[in-house]
Amino acid sequence: MKDTADATAFDVNDWIRQDQMPHFLCPGCGHGIALRALVWALHEQGIDKDKLAVVSGIGCSGRLSAYIDANTFHTTHGRPLTFATGLKLARPDLTVVVITGDGDCLAIGGNHLIHAARRNLDITCVMLNNEIYGMTGGQVSPTTSGGRYTSTTPMGNSEPTFDACALATAAGAGFVGREVTMQVLALRDLLKQALAHPGFSFVEVLSDCTEIYGRKNDLGASPEMMLAKKSEMRPFAYRNTVDVPFRPNHLRTGVIARNDRPEYGAAYRTMAAGLHGEKGDA
Amino acid sequence: MTATLRNLEGNEACALGAIRAGCRFFAGYPITPSSEVAEVMARELPRVGGTFIQMEDEIASMGAVIGASMGGVKAMTATSGPGFSLKQENLGYACGAEIPCVIVNVMRGGPSTGMPTRPAQGDIMQARWGTHGDHAIIVLAPASVAEAYSETIRAVELSETLRVPVVVLLDEVIGHLTETVDLAAVPEAPEVWRSFATGPREGFQPYAVTDDLIPPMPRPGDGYRAHCTGLTHAPGGFPTQVPEVATAAVTRTTDKLVHHRERIESWQVQDAEDSDLLIVAIGISARAARQAVRDLRAEGLKIGLFRPVTLWPFPEEALRETVARSGAKAVLVPEMNQGQLVLEVERVLAGRAPALRLNRIDGQPITPDDIADRAREALK
Repeated sequence: MKDTADATAFDVNDWIRQDQMPHFLCPGCGHGIALRALVWALHEQGIDKDKLAVVSGIGCSGRLSAYIDANTFHTTHGRPLTFATGLKLARPDLTVVVITGDGDCLAIGGNHLIHAARRNLDITCVMLNNEIYGMTGGQVSPTTSGGRYTSTTPMGNSEPTFDACALATAAGAGFVGREVTMQVLALRDLLKQALAHPGFSFVEVLSDCTEIYGRKNDLGASPEMMLAKKSEMRPFAYRNTVDVPFRPNHLRTGVIARNDRPEYGAAYRTMAAGLHGEKGDA
Repeated sequence: MTATLRNLEGNEACALGAIRAGCRFFAGYPITPSSEVAEVMARELPRVGGTFIQMEDEIASMGAVIGASMGGVKAMTATSGPGFSLKQENLGYACGAEIPCVIVNVMRGGPSTGMPTRPAQGDIMQARWGTHGDHAIIVLAPASVAEAYSETIRAVELSETLRVPVVVLLDEVIGHLTETVDLAAVPEAPEVWRSFATGPREGFQPYAVTDDLIPPMPRPGDGYRAHCTGLTHAPGGFPTQVPEVATAAVTRTTDKLVHHRERIESWQVQDAEDSDLLIVAIGISARAARQAVRDLRAEGLKIGLFRPVTLWPFPEEALRETVARSGAKAVLVPEMNQGQLVLEVERVLAGRAPALRLNRIDGQPITPDDIADRAREALK
């Protein structure tokens, strides 16, 4: 894929609500890079801002919706996929993007992720994984790496971590991919593919929490953390050689899975079309 | 000609009333004794161009209903006590962000799994105070199948025009009672909608303070590109922690129900002129009370009934006035719980008349005889 915009030039300021700047993210936080990649992908996909709905949950990731110049909905903790499901079914004409985090999506909202993936409604779900509950002060999350210190793992984390992409794939998501914030262009292109896919698309973005997670675990500043993440990547070509539900030492990036299962909303409407206007009890 | 007389169950009547009022989205999760509402919606909504979805849990169904309503479609869900508890967080979001939606709650024995197939009226306070924080909410309490139909229509209309969640609070008896309903008893009328935002996009404020305290709602696709959040927000829609702005934001959402109180409140009185004892009851307990009043009047006892149809906000002026007019020396509050409605009655009457209690929590409806016996004892 090309690295430059083909139609009109991309200017991030066209997509950001200027009156909401400066943003509240900490210095070094990877979420801003993810946000830029997302609006860049939306721009290159030619998405109409008036027809774009961005739904987010609670946490650092949840606050990003307020920065995007679109129809934005900052909902409850763990539930953005449920709001998005109702919104997309009620308004199939909208492009619906969910921004969520590792705690929001995999802990409190884990049930909604697996069912959204199973249902395969046309929603693009972008999960920013920074391995920590940043907003609440740095507690352990379902993706906190083994041994890491957080405010609720003072002896080091002894829980195994979720592989969110393996989970989404197993649950049947139409499109699954992962990228690191260091690779902005690859992330943008992955998000473009996710947006283009007619079904439930799940993209995990490996972000970094420098201020809380990095500091607590002596992981260095943002550049060191990003380089470390990049070094943990597993070449895409080897994607089928590690297939366990828990995260291996090396992560796969790029497109991890895709299928052409029927999109739920269209399938429902096709079935309903046969009944529409038929006399019922109502 | 379409037959307008129908034999309906209370739950079925809720579903048909909602569709009549223009509800075109339902998300739910199976739970006794409300599942029939979802089943009728699953069958009927696709026939009228609507959408039904059974979500993965109660929380998700409440989220989906709010999401659909944010998209500009009238939306409803139905549940019972434990499910109603699970919905409370998202219900609070709908209160705070002022998203119209209707929740049918068919009350069963509790707490916890309780007696799922047996009736109760234990959610009177949960319906009002179940979600956290200061919030406004409307609760309607039908006492017949016909009213389950007409009050669900009213629930959709109030929810839309006031931008507030409305709970239709049935007990299991009303939910599963079959009665003949004349659908034409609700007169044909233009469909009632929320006010959608119109006018300039530039400088649009989704939570602007209007004279009627109800800001027009931006619809995605209409070009407003507004922000909606559960965080306490300024008129522009974005979060605020400025003390006076935060106070004004929450106060407007509660004030609007006070402002529109006359439209919201509804109650019925029976034989309330010249009563020594006034019964205050809702739902199936009010049906039993109606019979008890007839029986006792036949015996020559002076007894009347005050029935809040709008349970919350409680029609307090109407109750005080009815008590004063009737000259009642006491009120009797029969309810299928350990005493919830009576707390509000006591608050409202503030010592004007003592509130006597009659409670059952055994999974059985309160009978006319239960009430008559208690009333005779009170009037001795």
